[in-house]
Amino acid sequence: MEPDTERILLSGDEAVALAARSAGVALGAGYPGTPSTEILEAFSALGGRAEWAPNEKAALEVAIGAAFAGARAIATMKHVGLNVAADPLFTAAYTGVKGGLAVVTADDPGMASSQNEQDNRHYARAAGVPMLEPADSQEAHDFTLAALEISERWGIPVLLRMTTRVCHSKTVVRPRAASGPAMQPHFERDIRGLVMVPAYARPAHRRLRKKLAEIAAWNETSGMNVILPGDASRGIIASGISAMHAREADPGARMLKLGCTHPLPMNAIRDFAASVRRCTVIEEGDPWLAGEIRAAGMTVEAKPEEYRFGELTVNRVRRILRGEPDSAAALPRGNPPQLCPGCPHRVVFETLGRLRCIVAGDIGCYTLGALPPFEAMDTCVCMGASITVGLGMRKVLPAAEAARVVSVTGDSTFMHSGIPGLLEMVYNPPETGHVALILDNGTTAMTGLQEHPGTGRSLAGEPAAAVLPERLAEAMGIERVFVADPVADAAGFERLLRESLDCRKPSVIVVRRPCLLSARKLKAAARRAEEGARSR
Amino acid sequence: MKNVNVVIAGLGGQGVIKASDILADAAFRAGFDVKKSELHGMSQRGGSVSSDVRFGAGILSPMVPEGEADALVALDKDQVAVNRHMLRPGVAPLDPDSLGGAKLPDRKSLNVAMLGLLSAGLEDLPESAWLEALDAAFSGGAAAANREAFRTGRSIGEAIKEKA
Ligand SMILES: Cc1ncc(C[n+]2csc(CCOP(=O)(O)OP(=O)(O)O)c2C)c(N)n1
Ligand code: SF4
Repeated sequence: MEPDTERILLSGDEAVALAARSAGVALGAGYPGTPSTEILEAFSALGGRAEWAPNEKAALEVAIGAAFAGARAIATMKHVGLNVAADPLFTAAYTGVKGGLAVVTADDPGMASSQNEQDNRHYARAAGVPMLEPADSQEAHDFTLAALEISERWGIPVLLRMTTRVCHSKTVVRPRAASGPAMQPHFERDIRGLVMVPAYARPAHRRLRKKLAEIAAWNETSGMNVILPGDASRGIIASGISAMHAREADPGARMLKLGCTHPLPMNAIRDFAASVRRCTVIEEGDPWLAGEIRAAGMTVEAKPEEYRFGELTVNRVRRILRGEPDSAAALPRGNPPQLCPGCPHRVVFETLGRLRCIVAGDIGCYTLGALPPFEAMDTCVCMGASITVGLGMRKVLPAAEAARVVSVTGDSTFMHSGIPGLLEMVYNPPETGHVALILDNGTTAMTGLQEHPGTGRSLAGEPAAAVLPERLAEAMGIERVFVADPVADAAGFERLLRESLDCRKPSVIVVRRPCLLSARKLKAAARRAEEGARSR
Repeated sequence: MKNVNVVIAGLGGQGVIKASDILADAAFRAGFDVKKSELHGMSQRGGSVSSDVRFGAGILSPMVPEGEADALVALDKDQVAVNRHMLRPGVAPLDPDSLGGAKLPDRKSLNVAMLGLLSAGLEDLPESAWLEALDAAFSGGAAAANREAFRTGRSIGEAIKEKA
């Protein structure tokens, strides 16, 4: 049986990629981050032009440039990535765009693989951009098309807010065609519209608010928000994955399922609330929707505070609707992740532990150095914070303690936001010097082995320039720059680390040893290429 | 037919996601609505992984509610305890011991052998849909080994069913 071409089983991420491809998106830019990573990988596999930017700010800016030039573009990132890209987002809302621009934020309620569970719906309101929230892969596909349409119709970037269970669940999709072809890229000079100096930004802010008022009026009857029939004694308002859980938890209730949640269709919500006896807002994360609706003067029930934490499930929604407390019964915990046997990061944390270092850490596979058996990492805040946090500690601690502080970052994290930390180390050095370890395993391992500006390969696996961290450090004028392989010579690595701690000068040690999984993947790819060449 | 809920659990690197992909694809090929969900993203090995697959006439939440799984397939015996609360009361979990020490063509095909075992109990999914999904999932030598692993698991499952 041939697979039904009108019906495909796709993850939410793959569905976004497929829609972007069929809408003629000319450029997809992003930085890896669970659960958003597969969007660009799938977009590239479908033949789209996709790139891993060094970080999310760069990715969004590249996408904004493409959209200024009239092309359709998407920028993809996980929720915390939007913090990094917030600066361009807020002002691109003022400038607006010519080609459609969809900014995909993939939130991670419950923190399956993240350092916090921030709720990026706040960004839509804070930046003043429209927001769409798909509930499954079909909607991920359809709302990607809708985001690009809204973006082009009003000349405004649109936030496509996904969550882990939408990104990573596979559901059935019937693809649709995009409503119109992309325009031919062309730059039309518009200094007053695109140069945000105060004199031009003041009217731009007013233009933004006017666009949002128009979009709010459109959204009242946009078709993005639907009423699912049910008993008028129980009304539910929900969006995204929460709507799916809620429909299953109480299939007999009447439901207003919101697809475009900023700017909200307040009249439609008011009519719905008036049509039911009891109206409950079911939402994951912060009580954002309930807060907005209440601020508009309506009375709705919201979940109790304890449901702010973690993912919603059908069972939890049932408890909310019944007014029951969250189940206190602790569920059995599975095994935590561990560094692979033989992972080169292991030697590094064994050594740091032995030398009783105070370790300012960062985010990557190596963050597992904080867990047993190593317990050799003392801080982890956000990507890029290791070198800077370590420097801050060195600047105030008593000298004996300060001299034990080491910063540890990964290669992808260094490229992402670690470079300004090295600049800080050179420009404002602590009296005791500092030691920064850059664990260069040649990949972004944590998120599933993506390329970055140091690997020498592009997202599509093509050869690319490779930036070496040691060359960057030398160019900054750091005198003590070393490259070490802790697996080939563990004793040599320990000696170098001791010397660097003792010498009280800014030191950089690039710890270079490939990630085992990445090495295996590259070997398999090389084997395939060789077989391909032989059969030709 | 009522909706079917399956939870597949194991450790990172054991092929939990591959197995749930094959099950979801088989159900999809048989014409059902399907949703499949799991948490993944970390490359490192050894952590607990579980994946939910639901199929039937119309599926809402992609996650199997606690106590509503019709089957629990554990690729690692220790993952039974972690996931038992997902099962409907009175349903026995499947784990590698359920294969009764049967010889597999290759240790890597344990996940597919367990799917074979599961398949004997999922009467709504025709064997042809399973075989198509397997063919789509593997190529070359792996395809033959996995077909054999599936058959091995399935015949053990059928024998268990007959006894019951
Ligand atoms: C702002 C931000 N973007 C993306 C992520 C997701 N993320 C976590 S760690 C990481 C990179 C890890 O790569 P690397 O530093 O090379 O360490 P490795 O995992 O290879 O050891 C990424 C992309 C994040 N946590 N924060
Ligand atoms: S994936 Fe690579 S970097 Fe991560 S733990 Fe395994 S070997 Fe180490």
